Amino acid sequence: MQMTFLQRLDLYLRFSLPVALTILLAVLGVVPLHAPGFAPVAPMLVLASLYYWAIYRPQMMPLILVFLVGLFHDILIGGPLGVNALAYLAAYGLVAGQRRVFLGKSFGVVWWGFMLVAAAVEALRWILMSALGGTVLDPLPGFFTYVSSVAVYPLLSLLFSSVHKLIPMPEH
Amino acid sequence: MMRIAVPLRSFAQRFAFVLLLACAVAIMLVGKADPLTFERARTEVTDLVTPLLDAIAQPVATGARVIDEAEQLLALREENARLREENARLKQWQSAALNLQSENEQLRELLSYQPKDAVRYITARVVGDRGGAFVRSILINEGSDGGVKKGQAALVSDGLLGRVASVGENSARVLLITDLNSRIPVMVQETRIRAVLAGDNSQTPRLVFLSANATVKKGQRIVTSGHGDAFPPGLPVGEITEVGESGVRVRAFASEDRLRFIRLVDFGRDGILTPPSAGVSE
Repeated sequence: MQMTFLQRLDLYLRFSLPVALTILLAVLGVVPLHAPGFAPVAPMLVLASLYYWAIYRPQMMPLILVFLVGLFHDILIGGPLGVNALAYLAAYGLVAGQRRVFLGKSFGVVWWGFMLVAAAVEALRWILMSALGGTVLDPLPGFFTYVSSVAVYPLLSLLFSSVHKLIPMPEH
Repeated sequence: MMRIAVPLRSFAQRFAFVLLLACAVAIMLVGKADPLTFERARTEVTDLVTPLLDAIAQPVATGARVIDEAEQLLALREENARLREENARLKQWQSAALNLQSENEQLRELLSYQPKDAVRYITARVVGDRGGAFVRSILINEGSDGGVKKGQAALVSDGLLGRVASVGENSARVLLITDLNSRIPVMVQETRIRAVLAGDNSQTPRLVFLSANATVKKGQRIVTSGHGDAFPPGLPVGEITEVGESGVRVRAFASEDRLRFIRLVDFGRDGILTPPSAGVSE
């Protein structure tokens, strides 16, 4: 089927929505909120996005982009380069490889899966940061991040589903 | 039944996955061995992102300020009373300071004292401060174009907040004193005992490298010592809050919550953080 240039451009833009959304969430995650007493850490918006797209549209989220988004996020938060790249690659590989488990299941199952993956990622980050820092870090901030991420996931999932509807299935 | 495509099934995909994992580990190790390796790449990226963050941070800050004003209106009377009292106290300090200043000037003349280096302040907005759970640093919207240099002290009204760790053209990253990698040369104000303030990602950084016979007490004020030429001396840092088995802990005066604007101190001298080649022109 012949497509005009505009149709093709429209298609590519839609296919790039998952990655664009993930990058946008990475940027939004560091914006200062000025809320007193609010935990000074952001929920894992990027991980939530990677998790969702790994299950539902892994073709739109190629491995190399997961890696690059991880590096980008490392730079944004000022942490050691490579930590999030490794953590997100591992999470993505784990989830994408098991997507048959989650497809077609209820939201509860998907949320439960996220709880497990987020815990594993935060634990991995804690280990890596402790190793790179040469000391055992207090895991508490990681725990707060984890809890806020799990709590926020349902809202994010709504956002992702809305964006999902904008993306047509690939021809092949 | 439709076939569901599962990634990482083919050998090529698995190979790519392992290769990328290895790259990530390699980057981590290289970054640990020499932190300067990726600095250029980092600052290029933050230079690109900072204008966007700046644009987003402003409406968020405005929204927060509206909520602030509402809260303040509710507590107006108490706030008024508190401010009157503080004003009276500050007036006393002001007259003491003026006396000390004139005495200082007389003494300097007597001793033919050399004048201190000029100090200039650069104000910057905080555009990124919520990041990793295990990283305590902030991103600001001024860089080398605005006169920001690596190693400059970052202050808020109450005291030292951190130090400039990397500088781009229009962005910079400030490492807070509570970060794991932060080491600030400090001293106890009354006794001039020197130490290093080492962050450990907790709310209370520790004093390390205290000499064995040095005695410190709870409540003593800690200020920057200026050693290593990194900072101007005498900047308020915090007070000792605990002297015990886990070491000497300091409560910082500067609050890390609700950061909006910070001031960087352009001391005029290059500190130990500046690489040798860059120090020649100034």
